[in-house]
Amino acid sequence: MANGSDGTGQAGHNRPALSFHVPEPKFRPGDAVDFSDLKITQAGAQARPDETCPAIDTAPLANDLIRVLGEDNRAHGPWDPKLDPDTLRRMLSVMALTRAFDERMYRGQRQGKTSFYMKCTGEEATSVAAAMALAADDMVFPSYRQQGILLARGYPLIEMINQIYSNRGDKLKGRQLPIMYSSRAHSFFTISGNLATQTPQAVGWAMASAMRGDSRIAATWVGEGSTAEGDFHAACLFATVYNAPVILNVVNNQWAISSFSGFAGGERATFAARGVGYGIASLRVDGNDALACYAAEQWAANRARANAGPTLIEHFSYRAEGHSTSDDPSQYRSAQERSEWPLGDPVMRLKNHLIAMGEWDEERQEKLDLDSAEQVKAATKEAEKNGILGHGLHHPFHTMFEDVFEELPWHLEEQAAQAIREREIKWPAA
Amino acid sequence: MALELKMPALSPTMEEGTLAKWLVKEGDEVHSGDVIAEIETDKATMEFEAVDEGTIGKILVPEGTENVKVGEVIATMAGEGGEAPAPAPAHEAPAQPAVEQKAAESEAPEPSPTATAHRAEIEHQFHNKGPARDPEVPEGTAMKTVTVREALRDAMAEEMRRDERVFVMGEEVAQYQGAYKVTQGLLDEFGPKRVIDTPITEYGFAGIGSGAAMGGLRPIVEFMTFNFAMQAIDHIVNSAGKTNYMSGGQMRCPIVFRGPNGAASRVGAQHSQNYGPWYASVPGLIVIAPYDAADAKGLLKAAIRSEDPVVFLENELVYGRTFDIPDLDDHVLPIGKARVVKPGKDVTIVSYSIGVGLSLEAAEKLVVEGIDAEVIDLRTLRPLDKATVLESLAKTNRMIVAEEGWPTCSISSEIIAIAMEEGFDHLDAPVLRVTDEDVPLPYAANLEALALIDSDRIVAAAKKVCYRG
Repeated sequence: MANGSDGTGQAGHNRPALSFHVPEPKFRPGDAVDFSDLKITQAGAQARPDETCPAIDTAPLANDLIRVLGEDNRAHGPWDPKLDPDTLRRMLSVMALTRAFDERMYRGQRQGKTSFYMKCTGEEATSVAAAMALAADDMVFPSYRQQGILLARGYPLIEMINQIYSNRGDKLKGRQLPIMYSSRAHSFFTISGNLATQTPQAVGWAMASAMRGDSRIAATWVGEGSTAEGDFHAACLFATVYNAPVILNVVNNQWAISSFSGFAGGERATFAARGVGYGIASLRVDGNDALACYAAEQWAANRARANAGPTLIEHFSYRAEGHSTSDDPSQYRSAQERSEWPLGDPVMRLKNHLIAMGEWDEERQEKLDLDSAEQVKAATKEAEKNGILGHGLHHPFHTMFEDVFEELPWHLEEQAAQAIREREIKWPAA
Repeated sequence: MALELKMPALSPTMEEGTLAKWLVKEGDEVHSGDVIAEIETDKATMEFEAVDEGTIGKILVPEGTENVKVGEVIATMAGEGGEAPAPAPAHEAPAQPAVEQKAAESEAPEPSPTATAHRAEIEHQFHNKGPARDPEVPEGTAMKTVTVREALRDAMAEEMRRDERVFVMGEEVAQYQGAYKVTQGLLDEFGPKRVIDTPITEYGFAGIGSGAAMGGLRPIVEFMTFNFAMQAIDHIVNSAGKTNYMSGGQMRCPIVFRGPNGAASRVGAQHSQNYGPWYASVPGLIVIAPYDAADAKGLLKAAIRSEDPVVFLENELVYGRTFDIPDLDDHVLPIGKARVVKPGKDVTIVSYSIGVGLSLEAAEKLVVEGIDAEVIDLRTLRPLDKATVLESLAKTNRMIVAEEGWPTCSISSEIIAIAMEEGFDHLDAPVLRVTDEDVPLPYAANLEALALIDSDRIVAAAKKVCYRG
């Protein structure tokens, strides 16, 4: 029997055809952007349940948008963390430093000083404000766009740059891709190049902390695109089953390289709503509102410390720049999106809030931006003395064989000796 | 100071590109962030921006030039302070290794005499000492008979008593006492917070266990069988196996992944695989596959105490076998050390796990043929104890490898490579491997038996390398 590609010849070929759906972003390059269908809530209008409430009580917040900073640049409502001006200024300065750092490192990559870089422009609040709401020794399992956490925790700029340049000062001994930082002293877990592996690890770390009777909690960050990984679902499951003291931060920056959030399921439900099904307290916050990010993280941290269970926080934000130095966003999304984004810019909003409070002014902001750039520049110059990518100022060759195991096994020692000997023979002048 | 502007890499994989357009000319002043040029690759066009302030000196690569190598100097620039542009250097090839070596060593010296002495020490260690030996069992130590299953359970129980950071997690490990009863009695003694039943997701609890190890505990993760751990391999290889290295030695992942591995009886293609070669190929993992009860106990205790992640491969068909085991308070064996199970002088049979039993059976049959076989149990697959293998080869000059698993890219392949590289002069015959057939394991009993390794095939191979076949 001949079956045509149109189905003729098959039984039931004239039944109503099914239609196949492929998500498509609203705007592509060149399109005029209109975000008027995004539901932007009124700042201060969201209820703040007790931190130890049953998880189901947070379900309305998973489909809402917690906002504190209003159009009037004032803080509103029960989620206002009521931070003192010094703390707010510190938050602003770390966010400004993060932005200045990104600017310089990005340009450094364009100059060939490193091979790769990723900015977090527009998402600074989701890491800086959130990190400030945690204790300094709470363990964080970040993804690759949370450089703000390290800066909030006072990690030296030069160490970050040494890592990015993979030079002889690199604490990771030239073994990791640029920006895949790691600092035990800052309770900052090694960033993984495999997406979302940090989510079950954070839950496991938190379970271990509870088993040991420790007081430290864990927090992890994952992009909305990476919530598609099985890791994220396993993490949610274990977090709820064992009531782990953990915070699962989902940074919804709308784009996973060129795939918009619809490809991760964002067309059908919010990312916060995924927590509801697991019985995890779930909050959806304005990720460009530093005070809302702080307040949500603080709520979740208090909940975890009170043994009331995990929290999933969706930080609704926008990735203002490309995914990394390797892609060109003008090829896949409308350039207008950034300027039209209805939730504004997190640094500007916090600055305007401080000005509205009478605790800041444009001159001081200008000086802050300048100082931040100078600070990064000075650190860069200092780091460059240790070498830049490809300039040969590496760790001693032998280190390549170290840290594969706790102790250097004899077979690796043998390989190292052989490799060093061969180098001496091939390049005796060295 | 003159700065060199180099062809930038726009992505980690870019090797060359087109210098499409210069947006500055010689003598122009540029500021940080100014666009200097446009670079094209097959993927995208990117703007090349100035990082530093200064004056453009010489443009060395004209616009429109294709195939400009990453790192090539494309222009010079006078830096801040306004010094004159440096004289134009010739096109510079990427740094040669010799130059790199010089730079590296001038900054981080590694004096030759030290290196030489160091090497001598290693060679001494390798040739004279090698890896650690089994501790002597004191004379007069009583022996007791236990199953491998009990030996594994006792190892876990002893380590859990000794170190409260140790805990077991996995499917059915608590209430049900383990799918193969290896965790029998542990729940009663240690309670549900140290013997933890998990949801049915190997991927999930491998990640949870890795996180708990990073968080200071000593997890033992039981996989019902290693066949189900394929979805967990990302955490075992990419997270547990690499954390120490990737963090520059800051972070550890001391965890044991254990469970039955290899073919059982009549469980079909998906449940009958040997993952020894898979895990043994990964730097950063320790892989142990013991055969008898004493090794199972002594090595599992060592695995739990290890600071490194360990993959501990058991065998369902061996769980119920009984062996004598020294009745010691703390029987711990060194990782990375093979054992001569039966000495012999005519041919060496190298094996591990269930293959050791078959090799011993074969050795007995070979006695009838007048062939005195030496049987080596590798016990640890990574790091592999090649010294013991090579010593035996030097004695017998003939070797075969018996492995319950597929032949390609196997532990057998590795042993043969070692024999070629380091034992070639001792070989009187090619090394042969005796393995399962290279097919998914059939279910039907007759086909299954035909597909699996057996002692007769080992005997045949041994006779062949002795030129007696």
